[in-house]
Amino acid sequence: MSLLADVFTIVAVLAGLVFFIAGTAGLLRFPDTASRLHALTKADHLGLGLIVLGLLPRAGGMGGALRLLAIWGLVLVSSAAVGPMVARLTRGPEGRE
Amino acid sequence: MIADLLLAAAILAVAVASILARRTFTAVALFIAYGLLLSLAWVRLSAIDVALTEAAIGAGLSGVLLLGAVRRLASRAEAPANPPPGAAMTVLIGIACACVAAALGAVILLLPEPAPSLAPQVAANLPTTGLGNPVTGVLMSFRALDTLLESAVVLLAVICVWSLTPDGGWGGAPGAAQPILGDGPLLLLARILPPLGIVVAVHILWVGKDAPGGKFQAAAILAAMWLLPWMAGLVAPPRIAARWLRLTVAVGPVVFIAIGLAGAVTEGAFLAYPPGWAMPLILVIEIVLTASIAVALALLVIGPPVPEP
Repeated sequence: MSLLADVFTIVAVLAGLVFFIAGTAGLLRFPDTASRLHALTKADHLGLGLIVLGLLPRAGGMGGALRLLAIWGLVLVSSAAVGPMVARLTRGPEGRE
Repeated sequence: MIADLLLAAAILAVAVASILARRTFTAVALFIAYGLLLSLAWVRLSAIDVALTEAAIGAGLSGVLLLGAVRRLASRAEAPANPPPGAAMTVLIGIACACVAAALGAVILLLPEPAPSLAPQVAANLPTTGLGNPVTGVLMSFRALDTLLESAVVLLAVICVWSLTPDGGWGGAPGAAQPILGDGPLLLLARILPPLGIVVAVHILWVGKDAPGGKFQAAAILAAMWLLPWMAGLVAPPRIAARWLRLTVAVGPVVFIAIGLAGAVTEGAFLAYPPGWAMPLILVIEIVLTASIAVALALLVIGPPVPEP
């Protein structure tokens, strides 16, 4: 059982890291702000989500697991708020590029 | 071990990059990253209290204040560039820097082994305070004077920011008017995050007596929970002439000083707590100081009043 949990943790965290690496590569390589934001949100949402999922069996009880999920939820909401703010700033007040 | 080495290397790299950055905005962005990496280092050193404060105050609040300073500086004329120093001056600067580095290195190498520590005394005397967190014991009992001065410095900083008020703005609402957003994710965040954040801040304040946490961390979160609806245009900051606002900012240090003076009368020493009363008194000071510091930190970010057009 613990072996199964370990395998689950390793696979999920590694999958999360793949999204983080892809997101970082996109942030560095993509040409304009909108595409970079697109890459960044993938790391935030899926990457962190998979890492949280992988760490759940190791959270040590309900409280720790709920805290991890709360962190993921808060990051989701805040990056959802920050993304459009950055996008609006780069487009300027009149909505032009 | 490898992770620690990577972390230390990353901190050094970000610090150097922040100093070398040509644009002030880049330098500040790197400084914020530096603060966050530094708080990770404090976590690795098991100094959770310091890590929380570094992340909240060192990286978060200072970063926001510096970004505000960058924006204010950008609107002014470019400062005239200093002429590059001559050859002799360059050599002198190099020698002086080398001396400072050598002195720092010598100090580190000359530290006695084992390093001097007051930790055993703190651990021995902690039960007299009724607290479980040695950091809070040091901050609120053994070195309460330092904490009192710190809280007074925050108050002083608010006065300094307000003293930058341009003509015609005194007493008015602080900060530039925020754009009113009809709809959007920021508005949603500003509505759903404050209830959660306030609960987290109260929790961090309350556990501070027994576990990592305390008033500065809680106050930084509370300040953010006020700034978020302000940025979203949901609430307007009160006029700085408002009596309750000034009272709230001042009440924390005043209560701290009053309890300290009461200790001077009853126990014969400033900031001495009567036996058995240490924990309740510390709790009162912590709660009142949290309110004062939270409002003060938010006012620092909001900035001085702007004259009404």
